[in-house]
Amino acid sequence: MGKSVDPQPVDEMAYEQAFAELEGIVSILESEQRPLEEAMALFERGQTLAKRCVGLLDKAEIKVRQLTGEEAEDFVEE
Amino acid sequence: MTVFWNKGMLKPIMDQLPLFSVPARWTVAELTRYLRQLLESDDMLQAIWVQGEISNLARPASGHLYFTLKDSAASLRCVMWRSEVSRLRLALQDGMAVEVHGGIRVYEPQGQYQLQADAIRPLGEGALYQEFLRLKAALEAEGLFDPARKRPIPERPRLIGIVTSPTGAALRDMLNTLRRRYPLADVILAPSPVQGDEAPPGLVAALQTLNRLARPDVILLARGGGSLEDLWAFNDERVVRAVFASEAPVITGVGHETDLTLADFAADLRAPTPTAAAELATPITMQDLQARLTETTARLGVAMSALFERQRSVLDGLQGNLHFFSPIRRVQTERQRLDELTRRRGTAQAHRLVLERSQLEGLERRLSALNPLAVLNRGYAVVTHKRDNRIVSSRLAVKSDDDLSVRVTDGEFDVRVTQ
Repeated sequence: MGKSVDPQPVDEMAYEQAFAELEGIVSILESEQRPLEEAMALFERGQTLAKRCVGLLDKAEIKVRQLTGEEAEDFVEE
Repeated sequence: MTVFWNKGMLKPIMDQLPLFSVPARWTVAELTRYLRQLLESDDMLQAIWVQGEISNLARPASGHLYFTLKDSAASLRCVMWRSEVSRLRLALQDGMAVEVHGGIRVYEPQGQYQLQADAIRPLGEGALYQEFLRLKAALEAEGLFDPARKRPIPERPRLIGIVTSPTGAALRDMLNTLRRRYPLADVILAPSPVQGDEAPPGLVAALQTLNRLARPDVILLARGGGSLEDLWAFNDERVVRAVFASEAPVITGVGHETDLTLADFAADLRAPTPTAAAELATPITMQDLQARLTETTARLGVAMSALFERQRSVLDGLQGNLHFFSPIRRVQTERQRLDELTRRRGTAQAHRLVLERSQLEGLERRLSALNPLAVLNRGYAVVTHKRDNRIVSSRLAVKSDDDLSVRVTDGEFDVRVTQ
């Protein structure tokens, strides 16, 4: 992290991925000495990731599909 | 009827009843009580399985159950008390072939012996159970239940496969549980009949299709409660092997707490009910995620403040150094030293002046004491040659007609030597 030239856009991240990167950033900031400018950039990305995670949790909803033959289609509960 | 009668028990029981000293004539009550004690104290008759067909089934408002168990040759009155009826897992009806468990009692008012039942199972279930034990032993020996083969259940499943009936309460319970606990996951349902002859091949096909097409992180194989017969598909060898062969770890939730099927033994994890299976599939809940997210976000803030704090203290240190070694500081130092010196010199000078003044005064006094002119006050005079101002201190220094100058205390006057 930090060295990656083109990190993935946070908006497209799944929860697990966003949270894992957030944890990584926190442990870097907690344990390593980074130049202030780099630390600031990490911090800002961390904040964006945290916001993404909160948003994903807020609107999380299970999607249920059903296998019929070889196809999967939306499942409508009775 | 397969009620066994042990005649050998009769004599010791008579011995235990000293009050009944063989009366000449019995009353009906005496005889009935005697028979009652006889039958009810016979251990052989207290916990027996009796097989037969149900008839005259009656369930009055009391909640107790009355029926007659019969076969081609005989019949047996049966009663089941309400408390036992509530635990009955099978819907009884006339004509049903069953095995009834209980003990023989005598109902004195009617002079009837009857079976007081505490459990009823369909006829043949005993044989099923033997088959269950045989298959269990065989599959166990083959290693299908080996604890070492159990796979861990993923903590945060992305896709949860469900194999169950699409119309059952089990599915609804599981979906509700998953929605409540971990809505980040998606669910894919592979529907299958869960009882009857078509259930085993259906369950096997559902497990296989799910693994092949959907590749879920975990599979819930579930069915709501039912009779042992209803759950029998989950003891089918084909189903057990399909559970064992599943690529995704399988959690079973079949029936109720007390139901154990062979599929349960082969599963990676066994849950007592479908709802419990859904809970075990989601060990981490939304609440856990929210708490962790809050904590991690807080740590992010703390880490950043700490970093700023460190940076600031480094900066403070540098600023201190800068100030300490600054030329301005040296100028200030020098100026201060100068001030100090000036101050000290001023003091010294004052001292010296006082000293010098007093020395001067002493000298003046001594000087004035040595002033030769001072004696003139007392009438002495100083005589000098007029021509060279030399003091005349001897008579040989003058001759006649020398012009001399005489100095007295208030001035001078000229004289001429006459002789």
